[in-house]
Amino acid sequence: MISVNQVEVGQPSLSTSGSKYAIEARSLNIYYGNFRAVKDVNLTIPRQKISAIIGPSGCGKSTVLRAFNRMNDLVPTAHSAGEVLFHGQNIYAPDIDPVEVRRYIGMVFQKPNPFPKSIYENVAWGARINGFKGNTDELVENALRGAALWDEVKDKLQQSGLSLSGGQQQRLCIARAIAIRPDIILMDEPASALDPIATLKIEELMHDLAQNYTIIVVTHNMQQAARVSDFTAFFTMDEDRAGYLMEYGLTDQIFTNPREKVTEDYITGRFG
Amino acid sequence: MSQLLRTSDQAFSDNFNLTHRHRASKFWRLFFQASTVIGIITLTALLINISNGAIGYVAIENKVQPEDLALGGIPLEQLDKNDLIIVLQENISAGLMRQIERETPVTDRSQEEVRALIDEFVIQPTVVQSWTLFTSLLNKSQIIAEVAEEYPAAELKFISWFDGQFLTRPQNNKPDMAGVRTAILGSLWTIGITILVAFPIGVGAAIYLEEYANNNWINQVIRTNINNLAGVPSIIYGILGLAIFVRAMAPLTSGAIFGVGDPTTANGRTLLSAGLTLAILVLPLIIINGQEAIRAVPNSLRQASYGLGATKWQTVWHHVLPSAIPGILTGTILAISRAIGETAPLVVVGASTFIDYDPTSPFSKFTTLPIQIYQWVSRPQAEFRNIAAAAIIVLLALLLSLNAIAILVRNRYSRR
Repeated sequence: MISVNQVEVGQPSLSTSGSKYAIEARSLNIYYGNFRAVKDVNLTIPRQKISAIIGPSGCGKSTVLRAFNRMNDLVPTAHSAGEVLFHGQNIYAPDIDPVEVRRYIGMVFQKPNPFPKSIYENVAWGARINGFKGNTDELVENALRGAALWDEVKDKLQQSGLSLSGGQQQRLCIARAIAIRPDIILMDEPASALDPIATLKIEELMHDLAQNYTIIVVTHNMQQAARVSDFTAFFTMDEDRAGYLMEYGLTDQIFTNPREKVTEDYITGRFG
Repeated sequence: MSQLLRTSDQAFSDNFNLTHRHRASKFWRLFFQASTVIGIITLTALLINISNGAIGYVAIENKVQPEDLALGGIPLEQLDKNDLIIVLQENISAGLMRQIERETPVTDRSQEEVRALIDEFVIQPTVVQSWTLFTSLLNKSQIIAEVAEEYPAAELKFISWFDGQFLTRPQNNKPDMAGVRTAILGSLWTIGITILVAFPIGVGAAIYLEEYANNNWINQVIRTNINNLAGVPSIIYGILGLAIFVRAMAPLTSGAIFGVGDPTTANGRTLLSAGLTLAILVLPLIIINGQEAIRAVPNSLRQASYGLGATKWQTVWHHVLPSAIPGILTGTILAISRAIGETAPLVVVGASTFIDYDPTSPFSKFTTLPIQIYQWVSRPQAEFRNIAAAAIIVLLALLLSLNAIAILVRNRYSRR
């Protein structure tokens, strides 16, 4: 069990209740300069479920994911229109601090990117900068247990995070994300750089995490989406290369009985 | 040359041009090797040239022979301090003795100091001629014959101009009495001020340009021009330093507004002006290298930090800077190397041509090693070229040790 959830971190001003959805995108459009990368996305992500975003390369699935915690703000040319509601509040409203958004909506990246610091520091750092006042040792242990990494690293917490294997590094990144007790964890192809066994571990971990967190995962791997997710969103792109949401529903339904022909073609491997 | 397969493919040249391709590889390999060898030869020639000037025979003539100063048949070397004082008193004028007493009473001086006074005022050894290392080694007999003929009273000695005393003695009009103490201290003070000013400003500007500045045309113009500034001849920085630090900011750089500083330097020709001038000279170097080091930090690291709810400053301070510090320090090493060897801007800013007391504050008059070397080389007497060569050894040693410190610091940070 993940006891990290009992930890108090700061005084939240973004309310974490008030809607049955964790994330709600309303006519979300994202642009890079003049190029529209994502067109009119309307999407509701339910709480404490795993939602997968699939689609062909370049359809804007990562862009949409990054819009959910305002990581796109870091790309100088990127801007967006429309709303992204987090528990009913628009995270793009002018009075919302993007730093606070990211504190509630954590992220795990495609390539494992631990800090060039010790394993302990990797986990403790995020909590510390957010004003964590509790017992750091306990926090680190709980987060590493939560990421199913504790048994492998408990004797070498002071070693560099970069000394771990790829799969362990990715779980360290997950431990780092859950240590600050986020509400949602965004995962951008978290297993694409890992071997099948490490991938399996990450998938098992996602199942465990879904009991406490809302997880949104972008993946290229259809089997993975079918295995881990409760809901699946299928994105594709139109003639001017703007990505849009084609179909969204329960994973079972999308994979067994898709409404759209394009979805079926993609899932069965006939295109994409 | 044998072929693996006897078949031939008409779409490719015979033997796939292998003979020609291997010949080209071999040529370039030789070219690169030759470049390296030429580089090594040049460096060796430099070292040999310096040693050639810094070591060799000298003919020394004494005004009074030390044997003539023996007191009661006891040679100078065996006399105690009181006897040495007597020897000193007997051989110099009363006026000179009073002057020496005014500086420090002879009874308060050590035996070595009294002996040095006798050397300086009584024996007065003078180098009448010096020879380079090569001549000394190859034409030894000729030198001995020449000395015997031209300077019958002179003593021929094989010496290294670079010795312990050379480091600790101040500047002097006589080459065999001159040292580089003032110049070493001047160089260290100047470099210290330069780094204290240029490092924080340079790194700060690099962080701003890479992490904060938008990619608009103003910032692009600034970036391009910082690169141009790095190539501006140093004399121009000297003229800038003269106008700004020596003239316009004289009350500050002379220490007048702090009520300190010595009145003879009230015109601002101080260590502070020199350090500030060199600081603006090396600033572009530090900024460019800092920018490159910061740019080389992988973006994934920044994203990981932002993804945890870190602010820009926390990301920069905890992740970007620690990863960039080895590169930033490489730039600092380059900056130190450049600043410590600069002569022209310091001549313009007003380095002292002759100064024989130590700098005591940033508001002191100054000279530096390259200035000292430049002045000695330009004197007509051959002996000054010998001590210039010795001073070059000191300058190189100082440069290498400062760089070694920076490299040690850098390695400490890059070991992660």
